[in-house]
Amino acid sequence: MARYACPECGFVYDEIRGFPREGFRPGTLWADISEDWACPDCAVRDKPDFVPAEKVRMT
Amino acid sequence: MTETTMNASWTDGKRYWWLLSPALPLLVVLGLLNFQFNHAIVGDWGTWGTPFLVYLVLPLFDFLVGTDRSNPPESAIAALERDKYYRWIVYAYVPIQYGATAYGAWLAVQPDTSWLAFAGLVLSIGMINGVGINTAHELGHKRENFERWLARITLAPVAYGHFFVEHNRGHHRNVATPEDPASSRMGESFWAFLPRTMIGSLRSAWSLERERLARRGKSAWHWDNENLQAWAMTVVVFGALTLWLGWAVLPFLLLQAFYGASLLEVVNYIEHYGLLRQKDASGRYVRCEPQHSWNNNHIISNVFLYQLQRHSDHHANPMRRFQALRHFRDSPQLPAGYAGMLLPAYVPFVWYRIMNHRVLAHYNGDITKANLQPNRRGALLRRYGRA
Repeated sequence: MARYACPECGFVYDEIRGFPREGFRPGTLWADISEDWACPDCAVRDKPDFVPAEKVRMT
Repeated sequence: MTETTMNASWTDGKRYWWLLSPALPLLVVLGLLNFQFNHAIVGDWGTWGTPFLVYLVLPLFDFLVGTDRSNPPESAIAALERDKYYRWIVYAYVPIQYGATAYGAWLAVQPDTSWLAFAGLVLSIGMINGVGINTAHELGHKRENFERWLARITLAPVAYGHFFVEHNRGHHRNVATPEDPASSRMGESFWAFLPRTMIGSLRSAWSLERERLARRGKSAWHWDNENLQAWAMTVVVFGALTLWLGWAVLPFLLLQAFYGASLLEVVNYIEHYGLLRQKDASGRYVRCEPQHSWNNNHIISNVFLYQLQRHSDHHANPMRRFQALRHFRDSPQLPAGYAGMLLPAYVPFVWYRIMNHRVLAHYNGDITKANLQPNRRGALLRRYGRA
């Protein structure tokens, strides 16, 4: 299970927790999320822009 | 100079000037009190103070006071964003807005209110609730649940609750592309843009929620649909005012809501006109940068609008709070504040004369890089294309 972060606003998608509001149940893999899904917080970046969460440190 | 001393030494020169943003609905209430109690002196034009202020007085003050290009130092931003004072002066707009709406509705149904005074009331209260969309906009971009709820409450009197859904997840994603209903195109008049953005934004808001709910295995008509929730608030507000004042208040409420929504849309028209994000090698639009939205640094209209006019930074960094928005040298600049751009936007040939050469200059004379109105494309290429 991994975590992916939006490089614009720091929103983190965590595969363990999923994101039920958007319809992604806990355990939904990153690979199973549609490529055109946009960051639900800023909408400036899409899924292909996200980076493994360990690499970003947002303030 | 160390970072800490810089932090300590910098102060926000506009800190108390931002109070003018929540003061706007208060000024409207004072104007209407003057109409009610000094009617013998001010007459039926007494309700027209607000449109007079916004369309004519603010542009004059913008012209006299000028622009401010300065940015807060990077080291001060975190503290500036955390300062709760700036949140409270956004929240403060909402109760005054509701009070003004109720008072205006009451005045509108008084038997001795003339048609002239009624029209002024529609424009005044519509202005408050239309500018309230800007307040809701500042609130709706935040992660905090309280602010997101307050955003929807602010949108209820203008019956535009779907803005909260469409703006954040539709407009911000598609801004400066032909796919976005709320990005105006070069050669598109405001009167062509208005129905396109109103209908397109409604459709977009509905399909965004339909898709989200479908992933959760729910119908689009499920109560979890945020559009339905927001529109229900409008039903409650309009219903309560109708119970109090009778059916006669409904035409007033609908007219002021339509005019208020048209104000948001004319501002969309102004702040995105003709700008286009190019596509990269993989066929995706490049990410939104400051050069993809018009910016404006006029002081007076910015302090009345929670700095909405620093729109280039807002679209590139939507989570930033209003007090921390920056000016960028490479962002295209509007020649006047939004208040001063309103009347020209209503008159297409004046608007084209002011703006088309600015779009052309922004793209260094290459008109093919602009977002062109499809049915005017040939004419625009002939007129502005390179020989």
